[in-house]
Amino acid sequence: MKIERLIEKLENEFEDLEKGLLNPNFNFREIEDWSSMHALVIIALIDSEYDVLLNGGDLKGAETVQDLFDMIQKKLS
Amino acid sequence: MAVLEISNVGVSGISGAVPKRVYNNLDYDWISEKDRKMLIKTTGIMTRHIAPLGMTTGDLCTVATEKLIKELQWDKDSVDLLVFVSQSRDYMLPATACILQDKLGLSKNCLSFDVNMGCSGYVYGLSIISGLMSSGSLKRGLLLVGDISTISTSYKDKSAFPIFGDGGTCTALEYKKDEKLVFNLQTDGSGHEAIIIRDGGFRNYLNKSSFDAVKYEEGIERSRSQLELNGLEIFNFSLTEVKPNILKLLEKTETAIEDVSYFVFHQANRLINESIRKKLKLPEEKVPYSLGKYGNTSSASIPITILSELRDKVTQGKNTVLLSGFGVGLSWGSVLLNMDNIVCPEIIEIE
Repeated sequence: MKIERLIEKLENEFEDLEKGLLNPNFNFREIEDWSSMHALVIIALIDSEYDVLLNGGDLKGAETVQDLFDMIQKKLS
Repeated sequence: MAVLEISNVGVSGISGAVPKRVYNNLDYDWISEKDRKMLIKTTGIMTRHIAPLGMTTGDLCTVATEKLIKELQWDKDSVDLLVFVSQSRDYMLPATACILQDKLGLSKNCLSFDVNMGCSGYVYGLSIISGLMSSGSLKRGLLLVGDISTISTSYKDKSAFPIFGDGGTCTALEYKKDEKLVFNLQTDGSGHEAIIIRDGGFRNYLNKSSFDAVKYEEGIERSRSQLELNGLEIFNFSLTEVKPNILKLLEKTETAIEDVSYFVFHQANRLINESIRKKLKLPEEKVPYSLGKYGNTSSASIPITILSELRDKVTQGKNTVLLSGFGVGLSWGSVLLNMDNIVCPEIIEIE
């Protein structure tokens, strides 16, 4: 499992994002006009890609793309 | 609970009515243009039909029912049973079903009552009406299902206002020896606050403060008499519970996904429904959407989707369909049944 794949999926999902902007240390809440709908889109993406369902609390505990990735790995292990 | 099998009942027809007035979410200027575009893309909801003040779910169901009875060429005296499922009844009391029995000119021998259910209401309603008809004492039944949800949402609540549309439907059922419906019905009331109107019932009777708008977060202002929706909680519930509910029904009925012609889901929003579809690995062509045109029509969304997207199919030939409703309660359920050559007039739009 690679973080690059998660980044690629996030980039595909949020078409407005400049390519290359996302990296493991990127704080995903800095996506322009971040809203709760972005959070739902991310949760849906992770669920369909990894079959891991994060809840609101999980997401609150994550800041960066790396945090999300670590959370997925932890839930899968 | 094991799955519930109800024999000797089948669907003969479905009809629906919506208000003529259409609201386009592109015009929703409470949020920025960029947010609007994201909202439409994510929810899949472009237009919704909105009832004018004073139009009730009972009114929509009446028009739908008159049309269906005519098309089926049923004698009104032959209707033994009327069940009205809604969370937006005409009055606090009496039951809307009683008013509809009279308005529709049905016999005094027609058993009529209301059921208070929302997103799962169509599936639950089918289980109640078919359960009562299964013995053969009641031969013809009408299941009237719908909601006027838009009146309960705050324009200044971006989490609820752009989602809902109004609609009323009628499903005609008959005692039929060779048909059956199989259900898997579930409940988790611990999530009852996920979708709630806090004031107006008997826990919190309407009072002056019920109408005071309160700002909860950016873009979300509403009063306690308006509908509150916790998107994240509903999302997690739907993704956790719907798939196992459907898989159990398929397993117990020894049905393969390939054996099902269509999976018609409650139209919650596109993100939720697509996530469920992908989790179940269902092909796109088996999962119709009416969300784009009608929004989330609450309890009416399953029959509205059948009417809007599957009319050509269910009115000709044999179809095995799986219907799944999920949401407010929290309550969810699925049913497997046949829809072979049923009568489906076009959705009626009312001024």
